[in-house]
Formats: sequence, C-alpha cells, structure tokens
Amino acid sequence: MRADGVFIAVEVDDRAAADRELANKLTEVCPVDIYAQRGDGTLEIVERNLDECVLCRLCLDASPDGAVKVIKRYDNEAVLV
Amino acid sequence: MRFFEYEAREIVKRAGIPVTDYGFTTDPAEAGAIAKRIGAATVIKSQVLSGGRMKAGGVKFADTPEQAEAHAREILGLEIGGHLPRGVLVDPRAEVEQEYYAGVVWDGTRKRPVMIFSPVGGIDIEQVAEQQPEAVGRRHFSNVLPLSDFEAKEVIASSGVTGSALNQLVPILTRLARVFVENDMTLAEINPLGRLRDGSFVALDAHMEMENEARGRHAKLLGELGVGEEETRQAREATPFELAGAAVDAIDHRGVAGNVTEFDGNLGLVIGAGGGSLTLFDAVRAHGGRPANYCEIGGNPSVAKACGLAKLVLSKPGVERIAVMMSIVSNTRVDIVARGVVKACLELGYDPAEKIAIFRIPGAWEEEGFKILERYHVEYADRSVSLNEAARRAVEKIEEGVAA
Amino acid sequence: MSILIDADTTFIVQGITGREAVNLTRECLDYGAGAKVVGGVTPGRLGREVHGVPVFDTVAQAIADHGAPIDGSVVTVPPAFTKDAVFEAIENGIRLVVIVTERIPRRDVAQMVELASLRGARIIGPNCLGIIVPDVVKMGGIGGPARNAAQAYMPGPIGVISRSGGMTTEMSSTLSAAGLGQSTAVSIGGDAIIGCTYAELMPLFEADEQTQGIVIYSEPGGRMEAQLARWVTDNDSRLPIVAFMAGRFMDEMPGMSFGHAGTIVEGREDTAAEKIARLGAAGIAVAERIEDIPEMIGAKIAERSHAAPAARAVADAAGTRR
Repeated sequence: MRADGVFIAVEVDDRAAADRELANKLTEVCPVDIYAQRGDGTLEIVERNLDECVLCRLCLDASPDGAVKVIKRYDNEAVLV
Repeated sequence: MRFFEYEAREIVKRAGIPVTDYGFTTDPAEAGAIAKRIGAATVIKSQVLSGGRMKAGGVKFADTPEQAEAHAREILGLEIGGHLPRGVLVDPRAEVEQEYYAGVVWDGTRKRPVMIFSPVGGIDIEQVAEQQPEAVGRRHFSNVLPLSDFEAKEVIASSGVTGSALNQLVPILTRLARVFVENDMTLAEINPLGRLRDGSFVALDAHMEMENEARGRHAKLLGELGVGEEETRQAREATPFELAGAAVDAIDHRGVAGNVTEFDGNLGLVIGAGGGSLTLFDAVRAHGGRPANYCEIGGNPSVAKACGLAKLVLSKPGVERIAVMMSIVSNTRVDIVARGVVKACLELGYDPAEKIAIFRIPGAWEEEGFKILERYHVEYADRSVSLNEAARRAVEKIEEGVAA
Repeated sequence: MSILIDADTTFIVQGITGREAVNLTRECLDYGAGAKVVGGVTPGRLGREVHGVPVFDTVAQAIADHGAPIDGSVVTVPPAFTKDAVFEAIENGIRLVVIVTERIPRRDVAQMVELASLRGARIIGPNCLGIIVPDVVKMGGIGGPARNAAQAYMPGPIGVISRSGGMTTEMSSTLSAAGLGQSTAVSIGGDAIIGCTYAELMPLFEADEQTQGIVIYSEPGGRMEAQLARWVTDNDSRLPIVAFMAGRFMDEMPGMSFGHAGTIVEGREDTAAEKIARLGAAGIAVAERIEDIPEMIGAKIAERSHAAPAARAVADAAGTRR
C-alpha cells in the first residue's frame, strides 16, 4: 500500500502491512504518528501526518529491508535510504 | 501585567498599608450610595489602564452623593484611550498636607530591586529625580537576605525626611517592598502617598504591575481580585488576527509559530527567531516596505504549524506576498518550514513561486529545504545573502507586483 | 585563548534527559575537540546514560563520580525548577552556570545571580544558548549541531556578545565569511535580568590577548547598553566595539515587547534611539546593517593597531591564520 502527502509518500509492501507485530513497532517508533494500527491490528498509514515526516529513518530501521519505503516527492520521488 | 487602580489599592490595603475608605463600582447609583456612606466630598476616578485620565475628563470632584452619581454615570460612558472604564472608584477627598512618593522597581544592571522614596509626590518621579535629585532617596536591597526596616529608614532619611513622619513611613515602604517581591511585581508605586492634617499617612493612588511569567504562581491573588486568565492586560489589546495567531501556535507543542502582531501593510512576514524577527522587521521598513504583520518562528515547529501561520498571513486582507526569512537556524529545520509555507500556498490555491517573495532561511536541513523550494520554483537565498538583502528583495518584488 | 571556557573545561548538564538537553549534549560532545561533559543530573534517573554521559540524581553525586570539582553546568530544566537547580550547582562549588531556560520570573533570576555573586560564581543567561570557542569547545546549544556550528564559526580576533542566541550565529557567520574569526562568542540571554551583561564580560575580553575587537548585538529594553557605554568611557578600553541595534521599530510602540522578554521598554533610557545615542557618544560605532559589521570592526582594529604596533602584529596573525 502507498499513501501520498504533498511532500512525502510512504509505501509499505502488503505482507509487511499485514504483520501486526511490525505495525505495532512502526506505530511506536514514528515520532510524528505516520503509522497507526487498524482495529484488527494491521497497519494504517495516517495520511494527514505524512508531510510531518522528519526523515529520521526510524521506521526503516524497525522494518525488514525494503518493506517500508519513504519517498521524497519533491526530490524526483527519491527513496530515503 | 498591569493592575487597575482599584486592584492595586486592594493589594496595598492587604499589605497593611493605610488607604482611604474608598469604594469601587460599575453602577452610578451605587457610586452615589458610596459617596453617601463616606459622608463628605468625594473624587470619582475612571478605572482605565491608560494614563492621562485627568486630562481626558476621567477624574471629577463631587460635593454631594447626587453629584457623585451624576459624575459616575458620565465617566462610566467616557472612553479613554479607546477603552470604556472597568468601573469607577469613589474616593473621599482627603485633606492632604503634603504628597509623598514611594516606589519599588527592578534595576536590571544591578540585578536587584530598588526602593525609591521622595517627599515630593503627586508628579512623575523621573521628573523629580531630574529637577530635585537631593529629594529622592534610593537603595537596592537583597533578594537572598531577609528585608529589614533599617533599609527603608535609610532611603527615607536620605530624602531629607525626619521626625515622626520618618517613623511612620518606614513600615509603609518596607511593606511596599515586601509586596513587590512576594507578588513578583515589576513596579509597585504609591503616588501620591498623602500626609493628612493629623499627621497620619494614607495611600491616595497606587500603581502595580506583575511580571507575566509569574502569573501562574499568584493564581490565588489574581482569582480574589477577579483578574481573568484570558486578560492579557497588554498595552494594546489583541486583534482577531492576533488571536488567530495564538490559536495556530496552540495546534501542538512543537516549536513556536506565534507572537503575531498585526500591522496594516501589504507584505506578509513569516519570520523568526526572536532577534532575527526584530532585525528583519527593521530591514523591511528601512527599504520602504510595509509589513502586514510581525511574528516569530522558534524552536522546531511542525509542518502543520508553519503552514497554519503562513495561511493566516496569506489570508490577511491586503497581503500581496509573503517573505519567509530567518537568521541562520540550528534548531528550526529549513525543510520543515519550507514544506509548511509551500503547503499553505497550495491549500489556498496559490502558486508558491508567485506568493512567496523570497525564502531566506539558511542552516539546519537547508539542502532538503532548498530542494523543496526548487521543485516549486520559489526564489530562495542561503547565508551568503544577508537578512537586509533578503528584506530588500522582498520589498522590491512587492513593488514590481504593484507596478504590474 | 578564549574567555569563560576552554578545551579543559568540565561541565554537567542539569535536566540532561529532556529532549532538547539530549540534543544539546550530543552537539557539545561532537563539536571541536569534544566538550568534557562529565555527567548529567535528572532527579530519579540515577544510573542512566545520555550519549555515554552518566546520569545522576544530584550534582553532588556527579562531582563524587568525577572525583574532582566540576567547572560548569548547563541548566535546562523547566522554569519552576530552575532556581533550585542553579542553587544546587552553586552550593556544590560550580563556578560557571549557563541557564538555557526561558520564562523565569525576575525575582528568581535575581536570587540566583545574588547567590552566585556571594559564592564567586558566574551565571550566563537565562534564556541564552551558551558559549562557543570556535573549533575548540561549545557549552550550550549555540550554533546547533557540530556540523552547523563549524559552518558559522571560525577562530579569530573578534569577541561576540549577543542578547539573541540566533543572532550570535548570524553575526559570527557574517564575520567568518569576511575572514574575521571569533575568539569567543557568548549568547548572554534575552531577559530583563541576566547573569552577565556586556560590561561584565568586557574585562574578560580585555584580558584575552587573542581578542582585538568586540561585536555586540543589542535590543531595546533595559540599561545594559548604557552600562557598557559607561564602562568603555571609564576604563579606556583597548578594544574597539561595533554594535548592531535591532528592534528600532519598537520605539513607536511603547509598552510592548517583541522578540525577547527583556525588550520591554520601562523607562526613557530603554529605547533603541536613546541607546544608539549613548553608544555613539562612548565611541561605539552602531552598524545599520549586519553586513557592514566586518568592515567597520576591521577598520577600527587597523586604526588602533597603527597606534600600537604590538597589537597590530597580533591582529595580522589572527587575520592570516586562515
């Protein structure tokens, strides 16, 4: 799944998004509340908070390689590494 | 935060300093009743924060309760400095032999409070100090050691007062000094302090100001005086635009995007931090620019907050463009502010390149910030462009816009 | 050389576990040779670490752990607790206290400053960003992360004193770009009462051989510019001074404060116009624009060094270091 703000987009692969444990971890680490858990525990991307992303990479560190992508829309869709 | 005279007198009274048997009211009939109770000639005084009420007709003398009521009715409807009074004070007309001055203020360079006393009261103490310096006593006192009566005695004696007056005045000045310190005042003044025919002293007017930062620890006193938390008591009341600015700053607790002050120009300012804002505001005016507002960005505000501030300024009637400028930032992030102001333009349906006259914020995360500005073709500047030069460019673009 | 601090200065951070304090600690450890942050204090957090700095419940514990007196403390605790934290530092023998916290009532500040003077300690701030000796050490958030601070500050002959933290960096960056580095830059704080005024720092700069000129940032409110003018006149200072005065527009708006709490005008001497006149009368040049400062202070240093060849030699050395 992918959600887009004006400046930042986040893409999470479907398998990772269904992983309740990972969803919980992402919800916890993000300092600006871009991630939340739905009622069933799976991942939700909170669209209104996307542009608050501070590029801290904590969500990338918390997830398996490539499962989460933070995309800088203002920088030719550059993916944060 | 300034107190009304009736509040300042109450504070003085609570401190055990003699006051006249005055009454405060918002009702003309009650003013008459107070005058009747007093049973002698009275003075009716408008309760406003601005000075010059005597000249404006806000102080009137009455010989009878009927006169007192008529004067009160008139004064209650009389605007002074653009404000209707909070009420009137009905004060007995004391038979004063001599007017004295007693005050306490801070001395920022000595970093101590200072007691000031003069047997020449009833007029501006700065004027007395200039014209009759020998009639003004001053003394700094400790904030760590306990205050002792001799300190007030020295001040009063040094102003040329002796005899029984001296002994009566010592506890008054000492109590005033305690009131000042204990209530976090920035000014505590009794002027005039009257000596009556029988030789006793009474406070005829009082002026008190409390430090805003300390209001929280005097909630009890303020509550008892009826001072509402929402009352800012600033020199100028907040405008709806300024209140909207405060609401933007309250969106969340991240950083500051506030201290918005309204002006009537066409160039909106999204500026920061404290010193940078002062410098930039001066610079815009030096180049003939007309700012629509003053404001301060500080700390590391959220995108939502920066966006809210920019939208507020952009939506102000008469604003043609905004200039986004700060001194070199280390805590505030360039990219976050850039996102906020660009988003504000987009959400209002404007082209950021058109609406943002210039963006000059160098420092933390400037590489990311400048990428955002490039993407939206916004003119930006790094630290090699001075605050003054950025302000000049913003004014120039406003003038181009007006010409076209 | 420098004033107030050098590479050997040891200090603690009171309130070290707060968000801003954690960043500040990182910045100080990273800058220059790396500050000697020997401990932090947050009551109830004994045994933790912040970027490798041990956290204690009390200042006394930090000193016991260090095994020797500690020179300084950066205090960054909420306003209601600041006075107690500063008293604790001073009563434990700390001689230099940098207070970052803003919105502290004047009474508390006056008490801290008075205790400091009784104990022979010095306070910088409150409402300040601290002290930086370019390329050597910084104590406080001044200049921000080490990388950003290194961009703005470089070593050299100018002492910088500023009532605004941000403008300390803006002015130093302008000086650096013109090849004029800084001996020490001090953000003295924006409140009505502060621990150290311009005039109180002047003797230190006067005694520092590296310093050849002073640049100050000033604002309306208070009498410390008048105090500086008097100091300069009374002491026949060897150091030329260039001042920048912000907030000139405030003269038209009496009773309001902008920028910092200390800008409130409470008397006739407090206005920008009055201060500019006083500074000028004492021979202190007042710059209209920040970008004019390097040339003005450079010219003044050159002027003085014509009169004193020894000073010129030092100025030349400072000028050619980079």
